Formats: sequence, structure tokens, C-alpha cells
Amino acid sequence: MSTLHVLPSTFKVGLSRTKLEVKEFFREREQLIFTFFFPIVFLAIFSAVFGGTTFGGGVTAATYFTPGMIASGIFLSSFQSLSISIAIERDQDVLKRLRGTPMSPQSYFAGKIGLVLTTSIMQFALLLLVAGLLLDVTIPTEPEKWLRFVWIFILGTASGSVLGIAFSVVPKSGKAASAVVTPVVLLLQFMSGVYFVYSDLPGWMQSIASVFPLKWLAQGMRSVFLPDDFRFTEPGGTWQLGTGAIVLSLWLVVGLVIAQRVFRWTRRDAG
Amino acid sequence: METDKAVRVRGLVKRYPDKVAVAGVDLDINRGEVFALLGPNGAGKTTTVEILEGYRHADEGQIDVLGSDPARGDRQWRARIGIVAQSSRDEAELTVAELVHHFAGYYPSPRDPEEVIAAVGLEEKRKTRTRKLSGGQRRRLDVALGVIGNPELLFLDEPTTGFDPEARRQFWTLIRNLRTEGTTILLTTHYLDEAEELADRVGVIADGKMIEVATPDTLGGRGARTARVSWLAADGLQEIRTDTPTAEVTRLLAQYGGEVPELQVRRPSLEDVYLELIGKASVAGAELEGAVR
Ligand SMILES: Nc1ncnc2c1ncn2[C@@H]1O[C@H](COP(=O)(O)OP(=O)(O)O)[C@@H](O)[C@H]1O
Ligand SMILES: [Mg+2]
Repeated sequence: MSTLHVLPSTFKVGLSRTKLEVKEFFREREQLIFTFFFPIVFLAIFSAVFGGTTFGGGVTAATYFTPGMIASGIFLSSFQSLSISIAIERDQDVLKRLRGTPMSPQSYFAGKIGLVLTTSIMQFALLLLVAGLLLDVTIPTEPEKWLRFVWIFILGTASGSVLGIAFSVVPKSGKAASAVVTPVVLLLQFMSGVYFVYSDLPGWMQSIASVFPLKWLAQGMRSVFLPDDFRFTEPGGTWQLGTGAIVLSLWLVVGLVIAQRVFRWTRRDAG
Repeated sequence: METDKAVRVRGLVKRYPDKVAVAGVDLDINRGEVFALLGPNGAGKTTTVEILEGYRHADEGQIDVLGSDPARGDRQWRARIGIVAQSSRDEAELTVAELVHHFAGYYPSPRDPEEVIAAVGLEEKRKTRTRKLSGGQRRRLDVALGVIGNPELLFLDEPTTGFDPEARRQFWTLIRNLRTEGTTILLTTHYLDEAEELADRVGVIADGKMIEVATPDTLGGRGARTARVSWLAADGLQEIRTDTPTAEVTRLLAQYGGEVPELQVRRPSLEDVYLELIGKASVAGAELEGAVR
């Protein structure tokens, strides 16, 4: 009887979910401050505080910290944004309600990917604008650097997203979500050389950080936005782009597998 | 296989570590019927309904909902059902209109979103974010999102809890309209008047067991609602059940030749019948537990 009625396509619903997700993101004060504007504000503060410090080769504090803040923004817009929002959606039975409709799960995740891409690209554009126009940061023009940027950006948002989806099951409630996720992200930022010069960090901290994706994301961004000579300030004297690509890809695959296994549409106590 | 039954359940059992929530329930719901699952808190209503919706999995039993096993319901199947869960805590930054229009996009042949918003009485709140809705308004939004897909079968788990009397009347009208349009409805409630008002048939559930299934006016079986005539006789309070209370009163009048002491003619309300039914169930349950120990 109802075979005549064709379900709306996964793609179309995914697009409509993206619009909804983006709309909601920009209406949530907490996400807006702690995910979207956070790296931009920190870049401004750091440039002011370390304004007198030079990093050699005419590189100012603003220039030195720009790649770290870009990497950090990508991680916030993917990992932090998704893990918190999905934990809240699960706790408030939003996911449960969706599961009771004919919406396909792919459309839901397409909406999340759309959200991450939209917000992280906007955030990046804004960071670049602030850095370039207000803080006098030199923005690279070489095509090969931008090509490099693109693959690092894609690997970064992709691995951050799947890990965020997986991590959303960790907070016990929606209220606890920010309190559980934010310190993890903050700790990673400190250890991964977002707020400090990575090679100045103690060796053991560097070792821990190099297990996680943010360190490689930040290092990759430094290779894009800092002069080539700066590779000598990195441990080992190179940008380690090959290793970075491998580590990020590994996290992407591991995250994908874990996310698929642990993702659930209902709360733990739902029976 | 599609039949004239929208729902067919045999021997449904659901166990939790410290509780058998549903203990062998049979249930048939005809197409086009409004069926009320009536029972006190903890009776097993939500557990039963969520198994039929495909959210929870049964431990035992045969379950058929619109020709499918809900545990294996696909997207086509979900397009034909509508769900209003018992609790929703959605505090989105999205407006009523945005959500209803968006959800319409999930379905092959949805209702008109604006008509649905009007039908649940949220026209004035169209542009209000759900976070700012009152409890009752949020519940109406739940109902709007439950019916937006134009479902053949609608599940409503305690839909009017927390409504004021006016909102409840409005909601009842909405349900009657849906029924007129041919929607099959399974409704749970612990309000007797709601079941009586809306349901073609009522299933009384207590302690995970279906105690009785009947039309609202035959609940409790023959005689459950026959009149009782009582009076104070010389040897204490007397009560008789009778289909002809007037004749009985006439007889007493003749006997006493005037005022009959403490005379009462009473017809048990549906509530009396219901309380007696679930009372019996909990007594039987207690006895069973006692016997096991
Ligand atoms: N997820 C669960 N885990 C453990 N026990 C549960 C769970 N869900 C329900 N129960 C228990 O099963 C019984 C029936 O619950 P429920 O179906 O919610 O009843 P109702 O909806 O009629 O109030 C209750 O005793 C409840 O405590
Ligand atoms: Mg319940």
C-alpha cells in the first residue's frame, strides 16, 4: 500500500541536517565561545603577551602561534564540538527520537560532518583574517604549501570527528559532557605545543603528546605557516610530515572502528 | 505478513536483572482502533511499548507490528509508525516551526507542518525555541513530531501527563480526529478518564501481566458495574447487587413502610472497577511472592 511512497534520499536529508546542525551551533553560546572563538581569542592574547619576543628569522609571536591555533581550532571544531553535542543529544533523548524516524543513520552523520566542515572552515577563515589583517602575520602564497594544508586539514577534521563521535559515550550525562571533554582537550593542547614552543617541552611530555593526533596536526600546520628553516627547531630537525600522515590516518581508522562499535542512540539506562 | 491486525503479540517477556518487567503479555490491536494500555506506575507499559517501537528487545515472545518484527524494523517500516515517548528532555535552540518542518523532511508523505502545528495548538509558539517551551507545550511538540509523518500506527506513552484540564481536552480532540482519519493508536495512561474517553478497547496491565482486555463499559466483566443497594438492617449493613435497583428500593420501602435507614443506591464507577482489578493483581502478586519465599 505505501510502496508508492519513496523515502527522501539520504543525501537530501543529510543536507537538511547539516543546515539544522549549523543553525543550532551558532545559537549555542557555549559552543560559540569555547569551540568557535576560543583559538581566535587566544591568538590575540598570545600575540599581545609575547609581543616583544622574537623567534628568529623575523618571525613574530603572532606568526609563531598562528599554526598552533589553527590546529587547535580544527581539533575543537571536530573532536570537542562533536563529543559534547552528541553526548547532550543522547542524554536528552534527541538521538532516541531520531532513531524512531525513517531518517537514515548516514544522514545523521552526514549532518555532523557537514557541521564540522562548515564551522572549521569558517573558523579557519576568520583566524586567517585576524592573523593577516590585525596581527601582521605573513600568510604563505606557495601552492604546494596550500596543497599540504588541504590534506592535513582533511586528515585532522576527519580523525577529530570520528574520535569525537566515539568519545561522546564517555560522559555519563549531558550536563557532565563539557566538564569531561574540555579538560582532555586542554591537556592535549598544552602537551602538543599549541600554547608553547613544542621543542621546549620536557621530553616525556613530547613522547606522550606524539601518541595523539593534535601534536601532528600542529606540527603539520607549522610546516605550512612557518618559514622552511624553522624545521630545524623541530625535534629531529624535520617537519615529519610522513609520520604525521601515518599517525593521523591510524587515528582515523581506529576512531572509525571504535565509533562504530560504541555509538548508541539511547542512554545507557534505556534498557 | 500483513493482516487486519496492526499489532499482534504473544507471550511477551522482558526481564531486567532485578525485575521481570513484562511477564507474558498477549496483545492484539485492530487496524483503526484506539487501544489504551492502562496501569499504575511500574506496571510495564513503557517497556511493552518500547519493545513494539523497536527500542528494546524482548527476551521471549512473538511480536508483529505492521507485518514486521520491530527488532528488525527498517526505514520503510519506521516511516509508517509515529512515536511519542514517555519522556523527552530536548532543549534545543531550534524553534517549533523549524523542528516540525525539518522532521517532515524525513518522511515519504508527511502531513502539512503548519496544519500539524495548529492541530497541537502551538501556532503562537511557532517561533519559540524549544528550550523556552513549558512542559505542556514541549509535550505538544512531541505529539506534533510523532504525527508529522502521517503514521498508520501511532504510539503515545502517557501523552497528557502534566497537562492542565484544558490542554487535555484539546489533546483528546486531536486524538479523536486522528482516529477518524483511520490512524491506529496505542496509548498508555494511568488516567482512567482518558482511557474511558478515547479508547475503543482498554487493556489493564499490572505487575507485567495483562489482567483484562475489554471495552471501557464492559471492564471487570458482567456484573462489575451492576448497581448495589445498601441499607442498615437490624443485624448490620446489608448490600445486594441487582439489575433492577428501583424494584429493590420499592420492596424495601414496602418492608419498612417509610424511611429506609442509610439507604444507598450506587453504581460502581469505572474507577472502582479498575482499582478492584489492579488491587486483585497486586494481592495475587504478593501471595505469589510469599509462596516463593
Ligand atoms: N532499563 C531498565 N532497567 C531496569 N529495570 C527497568 C528498566 N526499565 C523498566 N524497569 C522496571 O520495569 C518495571 C516496569 O517499568 P515500566 O515499563 O517503565 O512501567 P510503566 O511504564 O508502566 O510505569 C518497573 O519496575 C521498572 O523499574
Ligand atoms: Mg511508563
